[in-house]
Amino acid sequence: MHYRQNFIGIFFIITLMFFSLNAFSNEKNDKKGHGEENKFQPGSFILHHILDAHEWHIGKFGEQEVSIPLPVILFTEKNGLVFFMSNKFEGEGHGPKQYGDYLLEEGKIKAKDGSAVYDFSITKNVVALLFSFALILWVFISVARSYTRRQGKAPKGLQSLLEPLILFVRDDVAKASIGEKKYEKYMPYLLTIFFFIFINNLLGLIPIFPGGANLTGNIAVTMVLALFTFIITTFSGNKGYWKHIINAPGVPWWLKFPLPLMPIVEIIGVFTKPFVLMVRLFANITAGHIIALGFFSLIFIFGEMGAAGGFGISPLSVGFALFMSVLELLVAFIQAYVFTLLSALYFGMATEEHHSEAHAAHGKAH
Amino acid sequence: MELVTPGIGLLFWMLLSFTVLLFLLKKFAWKPILKMLKDREESIEGALKSAEKAKEEMAKLQSDNEKIILEAKAERDRLMKEAREVKEQLISTAKKQANEEAEKIILSAREAISNEKDAAMNDIKNQVAIISIEIAEKILMKELSEPGKQKEYVDSLLKDINLN
Repeated sequence: MHYRQNFIGIFFIITLMFFSLNAFSNEKNDKKGHGEENKFQPGSFILHHILDAHEWHIGKFGEQEVSIPLPVILFTEKNGLVFFMSNKFEGEGHGPKQYGDYLLEEGKIKAKDGSAVYDFSITKNVVALLFSFALILWVFISVARSYTRRQGKAPKGLQSLLEPLILFVRDDVAKASIGEKKYEKYMPYLLTIFFFIFINNLLGLIPIFPGGANLTGNIAVTMVLALFTFIITTFSGNKGYWKHIINAPGVPWWLKFPLPLMPIVEIIGVFTKPFVLMVRLFANITAGHIIALGFFSLIFIFGEMGAAGGFGISPLSVGFALFMSVLELLVAFIQAYVFTLLSALYFGMATEEHHSEAHAAHGKAH
Repeated sequence: MELVTPGIGLLFWMLLSFTVLLFLLKKFAWKPILKMLKDREESIEGALKSAEKAKEEMAKLQSDNEKIILEAKAERDRLMKEAREVKEQLISTAKKQANEEAEKIILSAREAISNEKDAAMNDIKNQVAIISIEIAEKILMKELSEPGKQKEYVDSLLKDINLN
């Protein structure tokens, strides 16, 4: 009987892992339906770890929840700019919390009277962002200093760790995609996004403070990055690029004339490119975190069925989670590389020199 | 749905800090790093090029040296040959001269010998004549010591002389 229960449990977990996103969306209903506060909820557990929060949760020691309070900054319709620390919110367990005129429900701050509230709080992700900001600045300015100090000498220390990556971005990404003549202009941006994504991906894999925030797996962060790529691509587009969009050469006229089918497709393409960049990075990093956390959830789910179950499954969970973490190390690099490479390719497309003859052949090749 | 809804707060902070990060890194990190990398690559390239050039020059120098050595050898051979020729010439001329000289000496010696011989002959002749005269004188004196004989002789002499 016990065995059968376990089997159902495993089946449930596997289903949950594959449809984890569904589980999150249904989570709210689940909670209300069961009404059991103490039962382990893998959906909310995982979501809690990958979403932004107004406090930095460190852990539960005994019965004591330990978390770092973070400043809440609100721009409200009624009171203007409001500032207080997040530990002012009072409430029970996972339910809604309140302070003054404001409610903290499911990680979102609302006004009790329903007036508009714009939340500019220094959340967990903002802290992680500022931490990585400082880390990246410190690392690269010190590397730059060692370049100036050790001029003309072989790289050393941190410098020799980062030099291959810098050269990789320059030679294999920028030069290869944009071309020898124009790549220099885009180097600062490409290097910045590459190292920003790479370092934040790695920091996201560290489970303890100040890592562990799912920064590059947050859609707002990837949206800003994609927005930068979009703006730079649009502003560096030359005549050939726009001509290619509005009146693509080598395409039959009936695709352009009474109904401008191709121009519409091309213009949509201008927006889908950065959109795909945004979603790809977000989904890859978030999915990695969800899977690793799913493996850890197994321990607690089986633990609830019996201590032996929890202990029994833990080596398997840890093994799988370790495998996922190692895979995530690879993904951390690959996603940074892909984002940078695609950005460089878009810049290359925007600045490509179009020659009339070469162009016709190019158009046909499409 | 919350997962895929960008929060305005994080959007704002990300936009702000990423712009600042991009600006600061561009100014204080990427510019010096990229410049140094480029400089270093250029200097390495330059060093390699100059090494190649030095190698070429060395090769050229070596071939020049070989050429010079060959030329020197040829020169030496030529000089040796010339010297040998000069030597032989000298020896032959010296021999010729010596022969000529020797011949001349021999010739003059012969002449001198014949002169001496002639002189000696003349002397001998004179001596012989004087001796003959003295002998004749003595004979005459002995012959003519008797008056008859004197007369006989004068008569013979007178007989020879024709008073025409």
